[in-house]
Amino acid sequence: MDYYRSHVLICGGDKCIHKGADQIFQRLESRLKEYGLEKDIKPIRTGCFDLCEDGPIVIVYPEGTFYTHVRNEDMDEIVAEHLLKGRVVRRLMQKDKEADTARNLPLEEIPFYKLQTRIALRNCGVIDPENIDEYLAYDGYKALEKVLFTMQPKDVIDLVTQSGLRGRGGGGFPTGLKWRFASKSQAIKKYVVCNADEGDPGAFMDRSVLEGDPHAILEAMAINGFAIGSDEGYIYVRAEYPLAVKRLQLAIDQAKDYGLLGQGILGSDFNFDIQIRLGAGAFVCGEETALMISIEGERGEPRTKPPFPAVKGLFGMPTNINNVETYANVPQIILKGAEWFRTMGTQQSAGTKVFALGGKINNTGLVEVPMGTPLRKVIYDIGGGIPGGRAFKAVQTGGPSGGCIPSDLLDVPIDYETLIELGSMMGSGGMIVMDEDNCMVDIARFFLDFTVDESCGKCTPCRVGTKRMLEILNRITEGKGEPGDIDKLEKLAVNIKKTALCGLGQTAPNPVLSTIRYFRNEYEAHIRDKTCPAHHCRSLLQYIIKDNCRGCTACVKVCPVGAITGEPRGKHEISQQKCIKCGACMEKCRFDAIYRH
Amino acid sequence: MSKQDKDDAVRVVVGMATCGIAAGGRPVLEAFLEETQRRNLRNVSVTQTGCIGMCWLEPMVDVLTSDGKKTTYVKVTPDKARMIVADHIVNGHAVTEFTIASESKA
Repeated sequence: MDYYRSHVLICGGDKCIHKGADQIFQRLESRLKEYGLEKDIKPIRTGCFDLCEDGPIVIVYPEGTFYTHVRNEDMDEIVAEHLLKGRVVRRLMQKDKEADTARNLPLEEIPFYKLQTRIALRNCGVIDPENIDEYLAYDGYKALEKVLFTMQPKDVIDLVTQSGLRGRGGGGFPTGLKWRFASKSQAIKKYVVCNADEGDPGAFMDRSVLEGDPHAILEAMAINGFAIGSDEGYIYVRAEYPLAVKRLQLAIDQAKDYGLLGQGILGSDFNFDIQIRLGAGAFVCGEETALMISIEGERGEPRTKPPFPAVKGLFGMPTNINNVETYANVPQIILKGAEWFRTMGTQQSAGTKVFALGGKINNTGLVEVPMGTPLRKVIYDIGGGIPGGRAFKAVQTGGPSGGCIPSDLLDVPIDYETLIELGSMMGSGGMIVMDEDNCMVDIARFFLDFTVDESCGKCTPCRVGTKRMLEILNRITEGKGEPGDIDKLEKLAVNIKKTALCGLGQTAPNPVLSTIRYFRNEYEAHIRDKTCPAHHCRSLLQYIIKDNCRGCTACVKVCPVGAITGEPRGKHEISQQKCIKCGACMEKCRFDAIYRH
Repeated sequence: MSKQDKDDAVRVVVGMATCGIAAGGRPVLEAFLEETQRRNLRNVSVTQTGCIGMCWLEPMVDVLTSDGKKTTYVKVTPDKARMIVADHIVNGHAVTEFTIASESKA
């Protein structure tokens, strides 16, 4: 069989022939002969394509290029341009009749994207993270070059201080100040550490930055190293992020190949090297002292501060430790200046913050907005609101260290201070949206359950105190709450906050305190009335069949424990002793005859 | 890539962060590679990128044509990928049914 480079299909239907398809076919054959392409390209007559109003139709394979309204003389161009040179003849391609421009809006015009200000995420989803050239094309390593050749370490620290950048890992400590402390410490060796041990349930912005723009972190760490006089950096990333680890390692290797890391960076006398250390899945290792102890190879447990890491950190040496998102802002600040950064955000909190939207919200994903943006804008305008027309109840910010913010406070601008005032905190930026079906007592119980699991056990308030709180909450959700439980919870919470050793324990009671503050009535309903207003806590639920039961027996068939009895066509009953509250009967009932309370 | 192809170079960028891969980004990437190879389209380069934040719309694919226009497709499957190659990349008509503007609620 002969091999042809291309096949040219010309419609041989009646109408196309009427419009001159035969002549086109002959023209094609003669042109092919002229160019000596008969052996490479095969013309074929086909049946009707059923697109007669666009005829005559010519299709070129293997690409599948679709030409319409082809006239005799157009064939010359198709042969000369497309078949000979491989250039498609755009003007002959089918015109989109109803060019639906509304549906072809560019990404940048979509509200979810348009309402954001992307600094930390600016390259995520834009460049190929496994290709250093793409990062370089987007001003990559320009900030490092600027720092190395036009600035003194002191200038760098001043610039970062003036920008007002604060730690994005949750604490909100001024980054420039941190760098200044580390730079002032005298030692034979200093370290730079990137905290990528992102453990808050529902937060994944650090992962996204590491996976989407790993070079930005490397560049910022090198700048940090230059500023404080360090030549070695560690990235502590959790092992649950295999793709982030892979891309980071690849980025480090590429940067070393290009002379952007290692000895004599860019021909200067500045050396900087970065290594990766994997965390083994302990939440407490996101706490800076525990993290450094873990890098050293010891059991990840926090220690008392002071001495702060800037004085005595990794391997006993002065260390500067920052979160991934904090670092992601640094190269942009260096390039565009402190003034530019301060134009975004509020007086106290400059710049932007990335939030991970999750829970009962239409658009689950990452958003980056200027500090001071009201929660309502993030949840409704960007997040698309609550699915299924349900009512918004609260938003949980800051993960296990944060708290719940109710609907009447949705218009407060988000920054470090206001969130703490509201009894929550910025945390790493997880935002879990809850609707009317979420029981706030159960939410508090869930987060406390997490902290109890993750408590390292070194200090008593956290090890024992949170456990006692969890026991009380478990009791309340099981309908065994007693009067005075709320007071006990509050007392324990305040004491744990005052006395725990590290951030984990000091913030662990926040979910409980904030839900008591804003949803005290739900706690009271659980304890006093033994009901769950959100119909969530199973032990407090009852499924009951109403009088409009037709006796269709559908519920009897789905009940997994045989708790429903009754004559066919007569009213049925649910035995509350046998019922396991799975809700299958209510879902099955076609007559709305079963309700829960 | 030869010089003449460069004039109408097309870039296909597939979201391949954890969220994209979890949503099925890898088979989509492979479908683009296969389909462009099968059609012998030497002017098309298929690359990957990170997460743009719209995780609920993954797998997402950007098609950047030589006229500087970017079309973002969402919730792409291997079948949709093959359609995008045929209709958009070869014949220049964006498949508006799958674009972000037709899917996004906000």
